[in-house]
Amino acid sequence: MKAFTVSKAVTALMLAGLVLLPLYSQLSGNIFILTLFTRIVILALAAASLNLIMGFGGMMSFGHAAYLGIGGYAVGMLAQEGVGSGFIQFPVALAASATYALVIGALSLRTRGVYFIMITLAFAQMAYYVASGLARYGGDDGLTVYKRSDFSGLINLSNRTQFYYLCLACLFAVIVLIWRIANSRFGLVLQGLRSNEQRMQAIGFPAKRYQLVCFVISGTMCGLAGALLANNTDFVSPAVMYWTRSGDLMVMVILGGMGTLFGPVMGAVVFLLLEEFLSQITEYWALIMGPLLLLIVLFGRGGIMGLLGRLNRG
Amino acid sequence: MLLVVEQFLNGLQFGLLLFLLAAGLTLVFGIMDLVNLAHGSLYMMGAYFAATFAAWTGSFLLGALMALGATLVLGIVLEMTALRHLYGRDHLDHVLATFGLILFFNEAVRLIWGPAGLALPLPAWLTVPVPILPGIHYPAYRLAIIVVALLVALLLYLGVMRTRIGMLIRAGASNREMIGALGINIKLLYTLVFGLGAALAGLAGLMQAPILTVQIGMGENILILAFVIIVIGGIGSIRGAFLAAIFVGMIDTLGRAFLPNLLRQVLSGAAASTAAPALSSMLIYLLMAIVLVVRPEGLFPANRR
Repeated sequence: MKAFTVSKAVTALMLAGLVLLPLYSQLSGNIFILTLFTRIVILALAAASLNLIMGFGGMMSFGHAAYLGIGGYAVGMLAQEGVGSGFIQFPVALAASATYALVIGALSLRTRGVYFIMITLAFAQMAYYVASGLARYGGDDGLTVYKRSDFSGLINLSNRTQFYYLCLACLFAVIVLIWRIANSRFGLVLQGLRSNEQRMQAIGFPAKRYQLVCFVISGTMCGLAGALLANNTDFVSPAVMYWTRSGDLMVMVILGGMGTLFGPVMGAVVFLLLEEFLSQITEYWALIMGPLLLLIVLFGRGGIMGLLGRLNRG
Repeated sequence: MLLVVEQFLNGLQFGLLLFLLAAGLTLVFGIMDLVNLAHGSLYMMGAYFAATFAAWTGSFLLGALMALGATLVLGIVLEMTALRHLYGRDHLDHVLATFGLILFFNEAVRLIWGPAGLALPLPAWLTVPVPILPGIHYPAYRLAIIVVALLVALLLYLGVMRTRIGMLIRAGASNREMIGALGINIKLLYTLVFGLGAALAGLAGLMQAPILTVQIGMGENILILAFVIIVIGGIGSIRGAFLAAIFVGMIDTLGRAFLPNLLRQVLSGAAASTAAPALSSMLIYLLMAIVLVVRPEGLFPANRR
């Protein structure tokens, strides 16, 4: 392993930037950038969790946004019912996401390839319609979260800087966890399954069980992102779970570099900044974004991380 | 009785419309192994073209015909410029690239036609109710959709089963490499199949246009339904797509019509009226989940190995 590579340098630079951002925001008085980056960090967390199943596990889930909604609705619904404590809201959000992942994972993993992509999509659409039908909790219009999760003085989520650092800490924790998982025996089995499922099964690994566990871990992580997102926007609606959202998450993972540790974070930062930047130049930003995606798929194999890796080799 | 017959026909009409969309999708999927999310955009373009051309020419039929040609050309151009380069790539690449195309098309439509929807008015002779059974009338236009779609389905069946090109298409669906090795011009065949699929999607879009408003994003919900259909029917199988489309159209329509009343018999009024819309929207996804769990390759897989 080389001590210095371009991709490592860029990653370090990005991480340093993320850590120092509130300082910049404070000094320049630019509050908007902190709000924007809180969103970016949360969605980077969601993308990182998707990368765990897509990049390491080889499971192409097209319904990952469902967890964003489930985590968000757990927070929103509990808040609505008068349970404001984050010590209850967050565990419930994680448990609900994990349960959902366990059920749909067990069903979806019976299929593979395109069928897997489609069945995960179908389940996410079901979740979307369930949320639209929740008349008590806003239905189609969504649910306003009037009070952010209360961690009894430990951390104040209404304070922008504290909330940002909470999100960033969650992101780092998740990445460390993914790193540990990817290099554990469990992770190696998963990566073996990604390359050749039949062979792994022949050696005697219960393929589906490994994949299911990975699927649940990933879903739980994304549920955390959902709970944070609901706190960030003070609002949760079925639109969070819409299938284009799942598409966005996939784009972030691919754009950054699937199967790399920091790729999804990079992808989320670039994708969301690009969206922000383009939408400031022109109202019709998607007119540029769409073909750009096509070009990235056609010519940019391995995403940004792959590109940086090639730079390094010269 | 009246309601049942009417809803039954509505279900049939919706199912046939879905078939037009799913047929192109399943062909492209089965033959080129391409997951084309932008198929819904072609459906949308068909509707927009029809609304524009019909307003220009002042004739619904002429507008519809021109729109059909326009989506065919658009499909061919799309295949030759962008999608051709995706063949043989990972499915994930297809999903992303065509997801980008959806963004592009939606935005392009917003730029050209504006964010407000369009309407495609029907000519007077299509708006009259037609007696189908003694005492039961049904809108002529919906009846026309059923007839046209059935006709197209029949033509498609004859074309695929009885002509030389159809034979090549079937051969392509079961073994891509082999027909290339036998000296068939695959590139041309692919372009042709894609154009055909685009025209079918356009036809579905322009026929649906007078019933719903023509608007941005109209292709996306129905695209997912079309995917559900081809997954239920088995990828690459036109027969499977046809049966699954009718099935899904019926379940969706009848579910929406009768589920609220059924639920009201078991649940209290308030609970039923909140649960019913969500449950009827979920029905087909539930159906797909059940089919995939029981038969992971769909009901009629095309290339059984």
